[in-house]
Amino acid sequence: MSQLGTEAAPLRVAVVGAGPSGFYATEALLKSEIAAQVDLIERLPSPYGLVRSGVAPDHPKLKQSIEVYKKVAALEGFRFFGNVTVGKDVMPQELRDIYHAVIYTCGAETDRRLGIEGEDLAGSHTATEFVGWYNGHPDYRNREFDFSHETAVIIGQGNVAADVARILSKSVDELKHTDISQHALDALAESQIKTIAVVGRRGPAQAKFTTKELREFLELENCQAAIASEELALNEASQTEVADKKAGVVAAKNMAIFEKMAEDAEQSKVRTCRMMFCRSPIRIEGNGRIERVVLERNELSGEPFSQRASGTGETETLECGLLFRSIGYRGVPIEGVPFHDSWGVFPNQEGRITDGPDGAVVPGIYTAGWIKRGPSGIIGTNRACAVQTVESLMGDLSNLPADRAGTDALAKLLQERGVRSIDFPEWQRIDAEEVSRGEPKGKPREKFTRREEMLQILG
Amino acid sequence: MTTIVTDNCKGCRYTDCVTVCPVACFHYDDEMLYIDPDVCIDCSACIPECPVQAIYEEDDLPEDKQEWLEINAEKAPELPVIEEKMEPLPGADERKAALGF
Repeated sequence: MSQLGTEAAPLRVAVVGAGPSGFYATEALLKSEIAAQVDLIERLPSPYGLVRSGVAPDHPKLKQSIEVYKKVAALEGFRFFGNVTVGKDVMPQELRDIYHAVIYTCGAETDRRLGIEGEDLAGSHTATEFVGWYNGHPDYRNREFDFSHETAVIIGQGNVAADVARILSKSVDELKHTDISQHALDALAESQIKTIAVVGRRGPAQAKFTTKELREFLELENCQAAIASEELALNEASQTEVADKKAGVVAAKNMAIFEKMAEDAEQSKVRTCRMMFCRSPIRIEGNGRIERVVLERNELSGEPFSQRASGTGETETLECGLLFRSIGYRGVPIEGVPFHDSWGVFPNQEGRITDGPDGAVVPGIYTAGWIKRGPSGIIGTNRACAVQTVESLMGDLSNLPADRAGTDALAKLLQERGVRSIDFPEWQRIDAEEVSRGEPKGKPREKFTRREEMLQILG
Repeated sequence: MTTIVTDNCKGCRYTDCVTVCPVACFHYDDEMLYIDPDVCIDCSACIPECPVQAIYEEDDLPEDKQEWLEINAEKAPELPVIEEKMEPLPGADERKAALGF
């Protein structure tokens, strides 16, 4: 038997999930010193995960990371299996029998819940649904959002909340030359929204926005960013945070922008985006659908950088017709792979999946990206994360099972089951078609939003 | 818009930044790193990684560091790409301390 990782016996790996982490794990394997073959399996016909269906349409530059993924796809040993769902079309145990190792990079696909009364009323949504909808994700194509009310509320103050607020704030003219899906553009064109309230549990110094995302609110054509100046008063611990030359850099920059928002009193724009701090929703009310949200005022206590918000008992009511929650994400379990329910991740040690948080390493299965470490960081954070996982895998080479058939065995199994998988050249045909559909509209692409449409292109 | 490495990198070259760059836009010489503005996608992932706060978004670049915009644009394309972390330069830790970090 040849040594694993040689031309005669290449390391055969399945990577599950073709988002940034999947591509970075694939890249690390295919650019390593050993011979490897990587099959990148994706449940959608299209690759690129959240770069395609998460990154906001008005952030085209971030989507240029796709150019890097295209180069990875061109490396020797790469194969794409799109339109294949692990846990349905092929089981985790089958992958372990076909490959030397499996790396799960399937992200954090669902939202954390608020856990309050009225959360499931019509008009109360997750940010994921809305983001997926305007970005043409097939799973969210048929969602409906009612923009006929004057006030929308967003719970959460991270970059996804910022994206949602910005898309609601922008005019059709500001969006029509992006790759936003046509159905979303048409619906947003009818929007009656005048006020967008972005509500955070803690104070302005603890808001999770990156400065760049925040700054964009100062430059919107149709929408005025606003803050009541008393909201920017900081307690002693928050002042210490902002003054910290290292850990407080982002908070200090954000505070400067918040102050500009508070100063800028001009109210001549059609819409207002209001930042609200130290409030938690405690109840959503309405007759059959959302009519208002009840917020409780919070106060902060504790040491700098670990301050907690707790309710003061003082409440206020915000009339609204639409609410999005964006308070964090969690992974979705796959039967047959250990899952940490309260963290919403695959428990692991440096990328080696373990049988529970303190459990033993399960040989041959690995993880990277949000499903490994939780939903934090941005696109590039996942490269460092995936590289660490691949280093762990490389350290385990001598313990991996010897005989594994890899690509051909998966292709055969899928064929027997009547699963129509999509390879990379086929995806490139779909991609080219999307680009040409966008051209007459002056858009970089018009995405296909249904699986069947994509498969039709391939004939 | 782009992202710029400035003189704080000179003599340190910690290279933590390159591990989180999604597009491999960092280049290096014997002294420091540079960002190729034509490749950088402005994600800012590198900025908090730098132990000596040498990296700025263009909008935040201080007045006295404006020259680095052009230096990055000129130097980066001529130098080799760096995708993996390297050992910092000798004396980096002392320099970091001297810079007050």
